[in-house]
Amino acid sequence: MTSQDNMSEEHLPEAHGAHGGELAVHGDAFADPGLPPHEHRRTDIDEHAAARAERQVAMWFLLSMVATIGFIASYVLFKPGPELKNTVYIFPLGHISKLNFSLGMTLGISLFAIGAGAVHWARTLMSDEEHIAERHPIEASPEVREQVFADFRQGAKESGFGRRKLIRNTMIGAMAMVPLSAVVLFRDLGPLPEKKLDSTEWAKGKRLVNMNTNEPMKASDITVGSLTFAKPEGVEESDEDFQEVIAKAAVMLVRMQPADIKDQTSAEWGYEGVLCYSKICTHVGCPISLYEQQTHHVLCPCHQSTFDLSDGGRVIFGPAGHPLPQLQISVNGDGYLEALGDFSKPVGPGFWERS
Amino acid sequence: MKKLSARRRHPLAALVVLLFALATTGGLYAAFAPAGNAQADSSQSLQIEQGKKLFAVGCSSCHALSGEGTKDGPTLVGVGSASVDFQVGTGRMPAQQPGAQIPAKKVIYTQDEINELAAYVASLGAGPSIPTSDQYAAGDVAKGGELFRTNCAQCHNFAGSGGALSEGKYAPSLDGVSAKHLYEAMLTGPQNMPSFPNSTLSTQNKQDIIAYVQHTTDPAKNPSFGGLTLGALGPVTEGLFGWIFALGALIGIAIWIAARTPKAKKS
Amino acid sequence: MTTHAEPTAVGDHDDHQVGHSEAGVDQAHLGEKAADWVDGRLGIYGLAKANLRKIFPDHWSFMLGEICLYSFIIIILTGVYLTLFFTPSMGEVVYHGSYTPLNGIRMSEAYKSTLDISFDVRGGLLIRQIHHWAAIVFVAAMLVHMMRVFFTGAFRKPREINWLFGFLLLFLGMFDGFMGYSLPDDLLSGTGIRFMEGAILSMPIVGTYIAMFLYGGQFPGNDIIPRFYTIHVLLIPGIMLGLLVAHLILVFYHKHTQFAGPGRTEKNVIGMPLMPVYMAKAGGFFFLVFGVIAMVSAIASVNPIWAYGPYRPDQVSTDAQPDWYMGFSEGLIRIMPGWEIRAFGHTLVLGVFIPLMIFGLVMIVIAAYPFLEGWITGDKREHHILDRPRNAPMRTAFGVAWIAEYGILLVAGGNDLFATHFNLSINTITWACRILFFVGPVIAFTITKRWCIGLQRRDRDKVLHGRETGTIKRLPHGEFIEVHEQLSPEALHTITAHEQFQPMELPAEVDENGVKRKVSLLTKTRARLSQSYFGEAAQIPKPTPEEHAEITSGHGHH
Repeated sequence: MTSQDNMSEEHLPEAHGAHGGELAVHGDAFADPGLPPHEHRRTDIDEHAAARAERQVAMWFLLSMVATIGFIASYVLFKPGPELKNTVYIFPLGHISKLNFSLGMTLGISLFAIGAGAVHWARTLMSDEEHIAERHPIEASPEVREQVFADFRQGAKESGFGRRKLIRNTMIGAMAMVPLSAVVLFRDLGPLPEKKLDSTEWAKGKRLVNMNTNEPMKASDITVGSLTFAKPEGVEESDEDFQEVIAKAAVMLVRMQPADIKDQTSAEWGYEGVLCYSKICTHVGCPISLYEQQTHHVLCPCHQSTFDLSDGGRVIFGPAGHPLPQLQISVNGDGYLEALGDFSKPVGPGFWERS
Repeated sequence: MKKLSARRRHPLAALVVLLFALATTGGLYAAFAPAGNAQADSSQSLQIEQGKKLFAVGCSSCHALSGEGTKDGPTLVGVGSASVDFQVGTGRMPAQQPGAQIPAKKVIYTQDEINELAAYVASLGAGPSIPTSDQYAAGDVAKGGELFRTNCAQCHNFAGSGGALSEGKYAPSLDGVSAKHLYEAMLTGPQNMPSFPNSTLSTQNKQDIIAYVQHTTDPAKNPSFGGLTLGALGPVTEGLFGWIFALGALIGIAIWIAARTPKAKKS
Repeated sequence: MTTHAEPTAVGDHDDHQVGHSEAGVDQAHLGEKAADWVDGRLGIYGLAKANLRKIFPDHWSFMLGEICLYSFIIIILTGVYLTLFFTPSMGEVVYHGSYTPLNGIRMSEAYKSTLDISFDVRGGLLIRQIHHWAAIVFVAAMLVHMMRVFFTGAFRKPREINWLFGFLLLFLGMFDGFMGYSLPDDLLSGTGIRFMEGAILSMPIVGTYIAMFLYGGQFPGNDIIPRFYTIHVLLIPGIMLGLLVAHLILVFYHKHTQFAGPGRTEKNVIGMPLMPVYMAKAGGFFFLVFGVIAMVSAIASVNPIWAYGPYRPDQVSTDAQPDWYMGFSEGLIRIMPGWEIRAFGHTLVLGVFIPLMIFGLVMIVIAAYPFLEGWITGDKREHHILDRPRNAPMRTAFGVAWIAEYGILLVAGGNDLFATHFNLSINTITWACRILFFVGPVIAFTITKRWCIGLQRRDRDKVLHGRETGTIKRLPHGEFIEVHEQLSPEALHTITAHEQFQPMELPAEVDENGVKRKVSLLTKTRARLSQSYFGEAAQIPKPTPEEHAEITSGHGHH
């Protein structure tokens, strides 16, 4: 596309079917009759109407003052705090905080009234005669343009930037390198990923502890159709790193009739129909736990990925890309459910290094 | 619509007739029985007998005459009386029509009749029984909140407003559900809801959850401090409200500001 | 026109006030002295001369940008207040505050301080709600403002750069909103941060590194909230403030666009002066916006974090959605099939990565449009008269298609609520949105384009045959006709003021000397686009004054 063709045309449309530059424009507008004469409003010609408008504006401003006093009064009168005595029933809003409602309404009215007064003033009493302002082209005149270019060339010449190549090249090099310091400084934002995402707190022999009761569980505790959430033995809510640990190690336990389990490996990884799956969705990591006990489907509340727990955690709907990892479990000598090791695959969302 | 289809449907019509008959026999029975609780003690077998009759009329078309189930309804052997009390007590059973999920409806049996049905189903095989009122007494709200967020909020939403499940199923709103029914639902896992047996969610845990649900769904106890709850459904309804009412009002005001003030009448 | 001989404006009547008040004279004198002092140091008179009586045209849609500006100011004012009480820390505490339903629960200091702002700071809840409602309105207003600029063609030369500034403000506004939503560390905001981790992890090669660096280790770590805090309150608002000032300077510099009308040309601007009319109107509008948002915050709850509970990575609530402005990206994520490629020991998480890319595309399309249209028309003139949407059918159809796509994605982002509230299956809605994602914009485009052309045709009829008056007249021979009234010269001018481009013709494959020449693919594309924009199927030739004269002179009734 060459733009030179029409650079000289004063930027007016050409009347030919353009090939490279602007498209032609056709059709003139109907004659412009010009700005219609100004008409007066009532308030412009009727002293009484103007006085009434003035009073109305003043009323708005007075209302604002009253509302501000109301705001301060509310602030002093009403207590904060979630106690029921600090709330009030207002139809149709329901049971709401006295303080929030009164502060909000008075603040709102005090501000709104200033605005309404000012606009009413402008609309009724300030002149509404339309004025015409000229526009001037934004582009500079050719003379100015030439002058600027000449100045620039002069400056460039005097600097010797183009001639002294050594200075130019080393300077560009220095400028290009100096931001590297800033990049390097960000290295300590966090550790390198290494294999951190591949493993969880689960290990061979770790018992499954019920999230609700904080007790280890026996297989018989898990009834068919039930849903139980568990964590690895030794992990406590008060631990420093509880959030990071549970973000990967949270699991759910379900039990189904062994005949209902379609995937043989999955059945073997469980214990008498008790299956233990990661609670972390393989899509983007929401705690997935909307378990439908009749269909054995588990749905994620965030993006509706659906997994079939009776079929090895296979994805049957939604945006998740791989099955829900299953934890291999058994019972120990005392009859408690325990893990036979860590998950065989990393839990949670997929990532580049995940094989 | 509902009424029409109800009238059309044969089994229900039969049920209404039956209810009349039952009301008559029940009334007669009540007139003859000396005192309520004495009767409950002494007439366990009578209750089962009555329940069996009710069952034969209201339930057996789907669950078969002796509760072993058909293709239209699961077996009731071993579901226990708690399950019956929940399903019938919330109006879910008897079901009106098959669908993704059987909704709660108007309850059509009296509590006595429900107890009779429950006693009959319990006699078919051992299962969780109807809890006593001390079992579902409210516990600790704060602890219940934490348990609720671990076990319940994923389906029923943080405020118990309910939510969607797959293929048209849904977790219902918990607003107005009685403590007994909450307890029974957790215990038995009705329809697609998983059960939370006492072995994994202790009675104390359940009581805490009940306390939380009752607290949260009661606007008098749990005011919406900031104003309208907008359904307690999270940011979607907030966004809708912001667009329609806040931005809508502001655009309305902009139109007022820019509108031409009426001109004086030409004379 | 009026019987009053030169009615004097009422405002002129207060000259008696000057007469009897000596203090007034003194004050005026003092004011002048103060102004002189400032001018001597800053040279303000030059600026004031150019701007005090600057003319702005009046139209309600020109005030949409003001809603953005004012809600942004409100957000800054309330945000500064909130920083006085908010603790941006993920350090854990056990809560024993006034909100007893959370008594004894472990939570981060960020969450606890947000509870304290809500329940223990008088007016804290109100300020929080104003902050949040203002944010919702801010982004919504930016989108609507952008639509106004788009559909009227106000982005054309010389305003393309200002369009980009506006686009960046929208983009940054969305992200700053998302970060603000993440700060209180409640169950919902934690879910959002977790989503972000998953999205970052999906990036090939660098994903895990960026995630580790951003979160300072494994999710959730202890750093993300303090880091987001700095970005949310300092970095992004700082950039936005700069962009905003630049945006406003350009609005002043370019002077505002105006709609076509009698007396209005490309070389003038007609309206009312900044002082006093727009100072009162625009200044007043700030108070009106603030007032409305304060009242909304008094009556409607937003983000009740105490009801969500503190964040724990193993807990979640259904209805986990972002604020509305991130809803379309949520929709993209929800309708995407779970594609994942595993090969050579690596995983490419397309199910998350593709939506991320489309998210970028949806945004970039907005930024790029002015340049695309400028390239098709090759138009290098300045434009200050706005287009009516119907007179640019392709642009309008394109914009409506974009809105349709955006709307479909918003629905997809709320599919669970649509499922429960309309008794539908969530899977059905998702599938419908998957199909509509491709079909919806096409349908919207087609309908809009035809609609625009229909309106153009109606305009042509109105010009040539006048306006339908609704009066039915019976002619002597019994025929009924509807009386058409000729349009006024003002209306005729206004309706026909727009320009119509002639489409570019595909350059001949052979030049005038019979030599075959190569026509680049780019040129061909441009010619094809130009045909679709300005060809016969895209515009009705507007009536000429000659046609009009011919019809009006030659007939009684038509």
